Amino acid sequence: MNRILIRGAHARFPHLGIDRKADVLFEPGRVLALDPPAGAENGARIVNAQGCWLLPGLVDLAARLREPGASYKADIHSEANAALLRGITHLVIPPDTEPVVDSTAVVELILRRAREARGATVHVIGALTRGLGEESLSEMAGLRAAGCIAVGNIGRPMANHALLRRALQYAASLSLPVHLQSVDPWIGADGVAHEGRVSALQGLPGIPETAETLALARDLMLVEEAGVTAHFGRLSTARGVAMLAEAKARGLPVSADVVMPNVFLNEHDVMPFRAAAHLKPPLRTVADRDALRAALANGVIDALVSDHQPHDRDGKLRPFPSADPGASGLDSFLGLGLKLIQEGLLDVTRWIDRAALAPRRILGIGLPELSEGALPDFILVDPGHEERLLPETMLSRGRNTPFAGWVLPGRVLLAAIADRFYLR
Amino acid sequence: MNLQLTPEGRLKHLLTIDGLPRHLLIELLDTAQSLSNIALRANKKLPLLRGRTVMNLFFEASTRTRTTFALAAERLSADVVNIDVSTSSTSKGESLLDTLATLHAMHCDMFVVRHADSGAAHFIAEHAPEGVSVLNAGDGRHAHPTQALLDVYTIRRHKPDFSALTVAIVGDVMHSRVARSELLALGTLRVGELRVVGPRTLIPPGLEEMGVRVCTDMAEGVAGADVIIMLRLQRERMRGAFLPSEGEYYRRYGLTPERLKLAKPDCIVMHPGPMNRGVEIASEVADGPHSVILEQVSNGLAVRMAVMAHILGAQVPVMEAA
Repeated sequence: MNRILIRGAHARFPHLGIDRKADVLFEPGRVLALDPPAGAENGARIVNAQGCWLLPGLVDLAARLREPGASYKADIHSEANAALLRGITHLVIPPDTEPVVDSTAVVELILRRAREARGATVHVIGALTRGLGEESLSEMAGLRAAGCIAVGNIGRPMANHALLRRALQYAASLSLPVHLQSVDPWIGADGVAHEGRVSALQGLPGIPETAETLALARDLMLVEEAGVTAHFGRLSTARGVAMLAEAKARGLPVSADVVMPNVFLNEHDVMPFRAAAHLKPPLRTVADRDALRAALANGVIDALVSDHQPHDRDGKLRPFPSADPGASGLDSFLGLGLKLIQEGLLDVTRWIDRAALAPRRILGIGLPELSEGALPDFILVDPGHEERLLPETMLSRGRNTPFAGWVLPGRVLLAAIADRFYLR
Repeated sequence: MNLQLTPEGRLKHLLTIDGLPRHLLIELLDTAQSLSNIALRANKKLPLLRGRTVMNLFFEASTRTRTTFALAAERLSADVVNIDVSTSSTSKGESLLDTLATLHAMHCDMFVVRHADSGAAHFIAEHAPEGVSVLNAGDGRHAHPTQALLDVYTIRRHKPDFSALTVAIVGDVMHSRVARSELLALGTLRVGELRVVGPRTLIPPGLEEMGVRVCTDMAEGVAGADVIIMLRLQRERMRGAFLPSEGEYYRRYGLTPERLKLAKPDCIVMHPGPMNRGVEIASEVADGPHSVILEQVSNGLAVRMAVMAHILGAQVPVMEAA
């Protein structure tokens, strides 16, 4: 009774060599058959998928769910479900929760709440240092045993080079990948916008390019020395991209991602004091945006992320500098990705790679299969549908988006991950 | 940025000089000219804003600016309420919008706002109830439009042909809302040459692209200038992170009688106040014959009256000097 037959979808699974019309029969927890024989659908619910794409579930490498610590903004239940309904089957929580993810208790709390939520599968990055502070290493082996998929400093710039160096060495000796967000702790620390002409004219404290590149240079050197596998999150500058490209060319085991706002917007979009565009990393120059787009197309940047940061209404209802930084990103992740295809920046295969496959490789989780017995991990999307993004119809509890009013392509008709699924 | 203009092109709010049309700027200066004559009369009041209420909302401490706004409103016969919010509700955690809603319940026509956040006046104007105008009295580092207007008004009284002028703005441009608004106002009036002078730590990037000449050397900066505007150096900038010391700043950028000699012989010296004597300006210069600093204060009154009258839609009669 629980069986579902997706009939006549255009299945696009580049890693499986599948790019054709296909039927998929599944039940929660199990793929039953790819192209089942006639009659197999008896008793199954049939989803007519003419004109729709069946794709690997999307993966978001950075999503704040605000729990624990700020559940007045959002919580694991609300956001993991919003993610699944928007086609994201896996998401990754950075360690800067409150308290931070530096103990097994916090990891277990998050994973238990995630299981109860029955939405997207939730992965957790453990803190690289205790309290994400500057003094001591976290119990990385314990964090991994509790379920952390990696360790990192996401959301908290690190000043202590010596401690960072040892943390990377320690992670390397556990073969634990690290996720780093390279931000200098001093340069631009009080900044609220890219340091440039716009911030100068608007009198907004600036975040210069060197806030990223200086930390990135240090981090790349320490990563190389430690021999650790590293993922660099939220690159925002052209120069940072060039540094990463150079590191990759030398064979370092590094990867990187970029957030949607930095792919579509630039420093001018903060005017006139739009709190929704108060973001970290900040919106930078047109040249930076174009370099990020080029890197996304040629693969120097491996993955797209939403960098989901839901806020309550009051958090953004303040003058620009005092408004909470960040944007709610789950609701627009699919649509903005499809828009990159419309704009001709990515072809469908590349977009699937940047939004679904590369993130899985970075996390070290398996790629979706369609063979009998496989765990369902796919979405059915109507790519021809268009819809205006309106804060009031967003599924995340955070309605703070700089893309409000944009018409975005795509609608999720079905999303299946393991034993959970959503059917529109 | 047209939040401050009505569909008819009149001022609804005054938030910034950015986007303020040249003809409107000149009209405000002309109105101020007309109004400045009443300060010299025995009866200083005009009935233009009788029955209207102006609320001074200062989220940052200030006595001088607040006083001139209050006096300007009173001279136009408006009722004035002064609220020093820096010591009241917002420090108790009430949100800015809650404070505004509460104050609006008292039915006023205009908020005169000063706030530490760049963009705060814009934010308040965006959320202000219909019929309430916002006059920006300084928001963070962003803008201080009435100060810029009174400065160009003062310059115009001495040197009416802006295209022939070289104006040097000296000091902490980075943190100065006054400087930002002055640069825009002087640009709108098509000043001949615009310079900013200071160490790179206090000069924001991107000014050259706006056609501003950046000088890190004081002698170069003031050479041949018709107008020198000295900015106030905030005490907290002097504690080592932006500048090594007051003494070194004064030696490199202080306006001394010797340096003033490098400017044009009829150069005027301005300062938005309050001054740090011996830090950015020598007393001999501040009190000397080139200084128009006190005149700026008097002009501030007329300019603020002009802005308030314009925003609240009062017709200002043309007044001849007594």
